[in-house]
Amino acid sequence: MAHQSAEVDFRTRLQNWIPKLVLSPSLAAVLVFVYGFILFTLYLSFTNSKMLPSYDWVGFENYRKLWGLSHWWTAITNLAIFATLYIVICTAIGLTLAILLDQKIRGEGMLRPIYLYPMALSFIVTGTAWKWFLDPGIGLENTMHLWGWESFEFGWIKDRNMAIYTIVIAAVWQTSGFVMAMFLAGLRGIDNEILKAAQIDGASNWNLYRRIVIPLLRPAFLSAFVILSHLAIKSYDLVIALTGGGPGRATELPATFMYSYTFSRNLMGVGASSAVIMLMTIAAIMTPYLYAELREKP
Amino acid sequence: MSAATQETAIRTGRIARTFIYVVLLVFALFYLLPFFVMLVNSVKPLSEITEGNMMALPKELTFAPWASAWSTAQIGVEPTGLRPYFLNSLFMVVPAVLICTALGALNGYVLTKWRFRGDTLLFGLMLFSCFIPFQIVLIPMARMLGIMGLAGSTAGLVLVHVVYGIGFSTLYFRNYYSAFPTELVRAAMIDGAGFFQIFWRIMVPVSGPITVVCVIWLFTNIWNDFLFGASFASGSKAPMTVALNNLVQSSTGVKEYNVHFAGAILAALPTLLVYIVAGRYFVRGLMAGSVKG
Repeated sequence: MAHQSAEVDFRTRLQNWIPKLVLSPSLAAVLVFVYGFILFTLYLSFTNSKMLPSYDWVGFENYRKLWGLSHWWTAITNLAIFATLYIVICTAIGLTLAILLDQKIRGEGMLRPIYLYPMALSFIVTGTAWKWFLDPGIGLENTMHLWGWESFEFGWIKDRNMAIYTIVIAAVWQTSGFVMAMFLAGLRGIDNEILKAAQIDGASNWNLYRRIVIPLLRPAFLSAFVILSHLAIKSYDLVIALTGGGPGRATELPATFMYSYTFSRNLMGVGASSAVIMLMTIAAIMTPYLYAELREKP
Repeated sequence: MSAATQETAIRTGRIARTFIYVVLLVFALFYLLPFFVMLVNSVKPLSEITEGNMMALPKELTFAPWASAWSTAQIGVEPTGLRPYFLNSLFMVVPAVLICTALGALNGYVLTKWRFRGDTLLFGLMLFSCFIPFQIVLIPMARMLGIMGLAGSTAGLVLVHVVYGIGFSTLYFRNYYSAFPTELVRAAMIDGAGFFQIFWRIMVPVSGPITVVCVIWLFTNIWNDFLFGASFASGSKAPMTVALNNLVQSSTGVKEYNVHFAGAILAALPTLLVYIVAGRYFVRGLMAGSVKG
């Protein structure tokens, strides 16, 4: 009898441990490969690592060097331009398309997948397509000339001052359909009774959207902002494929800066410090968002 | 988004409606144009691109650029075409997706049906890992793969993608299983079913839709990855995206635009096919990926 109860006890205890055991490999992987690695990179950013990691502590030297580099300032300025335009234009296009599609449009089932398919492509594919499409020699400019618009000029991709805007165009092309889907889901979630009541009160369509619908879409705006800003900060592939960071350094972003300082210029300490700054920027946006999202649920 | 039939209360006039259709169609053209350009120019001889109009249909239809992109084009130093790299990507993406989905299902099951103190915090830690800029892990990861003897190998890339995919796959299954009645699990426990029995007999049979969502999301993400591929598997083990970039950026010889376009479509084909076949699930994955479950 005593033997049997001991066995039962053992089995229930095992049952209690199994869930944690099952979770532990994933958890260990995340702790080591994400949080451990973050700490390691953080540590490297305080050392004088060059081509290989070194463990000579130099304090904030790398950060001082980083913020003194014109190359880094170019990257930061470009990110500010790119992120602002990217977020604003994607949101504007996404919201417009969602509102227009929500007017009982015939063929909505055809249009929606067309708006959204770029999201399934790799940024390298997008970059390749736009790189040649925007190339003045063979692309859009050439086509316009052949169609008789001789004075048409569109050489942004070769222009130091304008190249960053071609990154915006390609990135907007890729993600604005996704933003449309987010807003459309938000619109479809709005109770029609509210809209009908407002219409009976004599509100015009314009006022209906401005005063009622758009304020109700606040959660969708927030999600769109968070997703787009984190995509903007992480943008790397598109720049590599579209301009390679050029002409010159005209389209360098922090992500490409980090890569070239760490792996091509062999200034790993500086590269690590730029990665830390990227992480802190994203964490400042994501942490409150995730915290709020997780807390809402019971 | 199945509520497409829901009545919209807004009434619009005829002129306004025409305007709406025009705007919607113009945007449809904007999204289709780059793909049209890729497709049309991938079946033209090179001279028609360099001397002709990029928007024009081919005068002479040729599939030579496709054949070249697939099997003879110069990638880096070898004239292998994209085929070996296509296979690299396939051998990377299939195991990574399977492992990641299985782990995500188990994690989601534990986090919703076998809850314990601090589980939300652990989930939060996993979830945050989806959004980190991967630059922060590149240096230690390169060293770790070196130590493990996986540097420059497909197996190494599988490991990397599994580790950074777990957050999303766990998110999907956790949100899905949290809507599943816990009473059923309790009843099975009282009947003496164990942890794995409940998982196999009760959870797995209802997991069809979310598995499709998760598989599509991971497949698209991993297939399209460039940063990890370029960092950890250059040379003959490079994935498709890296090889395509090498093809397009190569500075030697004549720029064969038609081959570049054919290559780009080849690189896009697997994810595009998935999108065409199961677009609904792809959109669901995207929406859930913006965290709202």
